[in-house]
Amino acid sequence: MSWGFTVVPMPFALHPPESLRRPFREAGRSTAFVAAGLPPHLVAVALWVWLVGLAVVVPGFAPLPAALLIVSAGVLTAVQRWRYRTLRGPGALQVPPRTGRPALRHPIQWLRSPGAWRQIAYHGLVGPLLAPVEAAVLVLWAAGFAAASIYVWIWALPPEQRLTQVGYTTQAAYITAGGLALTAVMPWLTGRVARLEAGVANVLLGQTRAERLQRRVEDLTESRAGVVDAADAERRRIERDLHDGAQQRLVALAVNLGIARATLTDLSAEARRVIDDAHTEAKQAVAELNDLVRGLHPAVLDDRGLDAALSGVAARAPIPVRLSVDLATRPPATAEAVAYFTVSEALTNVVKHARASKAEVTVERRGGTLVVVIADDGVGGAGPSGGTGLAGLAKRAASVDGTFTCHSPLGGPTVITVELPCAP
Amino acid sequence: MRAVIAEDSVLLRIGVVKVLEMAGFEVAAQVEDGEALLAAVAEHRPDIAVVDVRMPPDFTDEGVRAATVIRRRWPDTAVLLLSQYVEERYATDLLAANTSKIGYLLKQRVADVEEFADSVRRVAAGGTALDPQVVSQLLLRRHSGPLDRLTRREHEVLELMASGRSNAGIAAGLVISDSAVAKHINNIFAKLDLPKADADHRRVLAVLRFLDVV
Repeated sequence: MSWGFTVVPMPFALHPPESLRRPFREAGRSTAFVAAGLPPHLVAVALWVWLVGLAVVVPGFAPLPAALLIVSAGVLTAVQRWRYRTLRGPGALQVPPRTGRPALRHPIQWLRSPGAWRQIAYHGLVGPLLAPVEAAVLVLWAAGFAAASIYVWIWALPPEQRLTQVGYTTQAAYITAGGLALTAVMPWLTGRVARLEAGVANVLLGQTRAERLQRRVEDLTESRAGVVDAADAERRRIERDLHDGAQQRLVALAVNLGIARATLTDLSAEARRVIDDAHTEAKQAVAELNDLVRGLHPAVLDDRGLDAALSGVAARAPIPVRLSVDLATRPPATAEAVAYFTVSEALTNVVKHARASKAEVTVERRGGTLVVVIADDGVGGAGPSGGTGLAGLAKRAASVDGTFTCHSPLGGPTVITVELPCAP
Repeated sequence: MRAVIAEDSVLLRIGVVKVLEMAGFEVAAQVEDGEALLAAVAEHRPDIAVVDVRMPPDFTDEGVRAATVIRRRWPDTAVLLLSQYVEERYATDLLAANTSKIGYLLKQRVADVEEFADSVRRVAAGGTALDPQVVSQLLLRRHSGPLDRLTRREHEVLELMASGRSNAGIAAGLVISDSAVAKHINNIFAKLDLPKADADHRRVLAVLRFLDVV
């Protein structure tokens, strides 16, 4: 006898729509997840049985299974994390950042960590409680399928083994209905169990709130440093582009106009005036572009450091500025940039608002801190709300974990202090 | 008078060459880095070398290093440095041995064509040309002391004097008479207790010595 199969195209049956497939897939995944939890949880059950049995027979040996549990906690945790990662997705269990293999290399240190005892509690106490629940889920699934397909079993079993009671076909109908109902409820039940397990595991196997916050702080610190560095790099790039392009071109233009002005002496007064104006304009454009570049990230800061860059700023100020920069080595580039802009902006403020006759700038390193002080003898009353850019300076300092203080009573004087961390 | 120029930015180099030619110089060579500059100076023995501070390959202070070599090996060749920004230490290093035949100007000064031409001629003739910005940064370093006794006008005169200008140059710059300039200079020398000096570059030396530069 041969079976002839004809493959009939059945698009609906073979490729049911996503909305129909999803519940089945999810139920399958939850069941696999719950099933995979059973073996590692049963390990603890076995250890408990051993422990209780030993305690009855030889009380002195009781610590052995407990020690085994503690020793195997690391491995069991790894198994559980693998289970969550592969069967529930990468984000299902928030795992603390890996730091080598502390459980194996430094067992004492590992035991002292709060995570270790939470893990041991999970495997020793929660595991044995979860194992029967997981077993029940699997049994219910099996029962549901078996009951729903009772007629198949009746048909498949040899006649002599069949139930012989009268009315078994009626009972079988009830059993089928019950099985179908159970199978219909099982995805929901399995989902609940999976969620319950995930909740417990996240508390005991996942990272604590402190660990999570610590990790978040580390991530944010790193990403913020990246953003600050990127912004600095971008300013430098713009400075270089302007220097290589527009600045050179403008100087060349001003030179040409200057030469025209100096050599074309036989032109009409009108034409000479136009050339003269154009020359003045071009020089002004050069000066303005220089100011703009200085406001971005001056080349002198990268090339020669804070002292040279700040002496340029101080020398350009229209009031006398005393500058003292005392740095044995150069601070990190970001700290230099913040210090430079703080002094530059603060001096601009002094000139614009403070009605000061002189100012003093000191930059020094105290331990791991770069301290920048800008003082003037002006009228005071400067505050972050005055639209003087002080708020921006405070933010800039905060962006590198620095502090910004402005002491400016009405009547003056004003003292601005910025402290920037710079590891020596 | 013959000049060589070392400048890696083509546009600016063309501009400087034009100004030099307008000022009556014959441009013997145009190069783009320090090595080539030394070769050109060795070959042409020019009256002046106009040198960019930042040049290939490292874009740091190639020009200053080349200038130091030129001043040691070919003392007859004057050096005028052009820079994007002022670093006083470059100026002080170069001025340390000798304040004649040396100039240090910001690049943007080239646009003031006539003044730049004057500076080049002055340096080539044995004088000094320091950018006003160099002088004001040097003054900044000098804390307190006799400088505070100078009036605002005297301060301005001191800056121009330190930058290497003659009395007439200072008078033109501040739009005051020659005799007023002479009076201010006498006051400055008296207040700072400086020895009298007539030649312009010796006067620069006196002022720079006062500023602790040399």
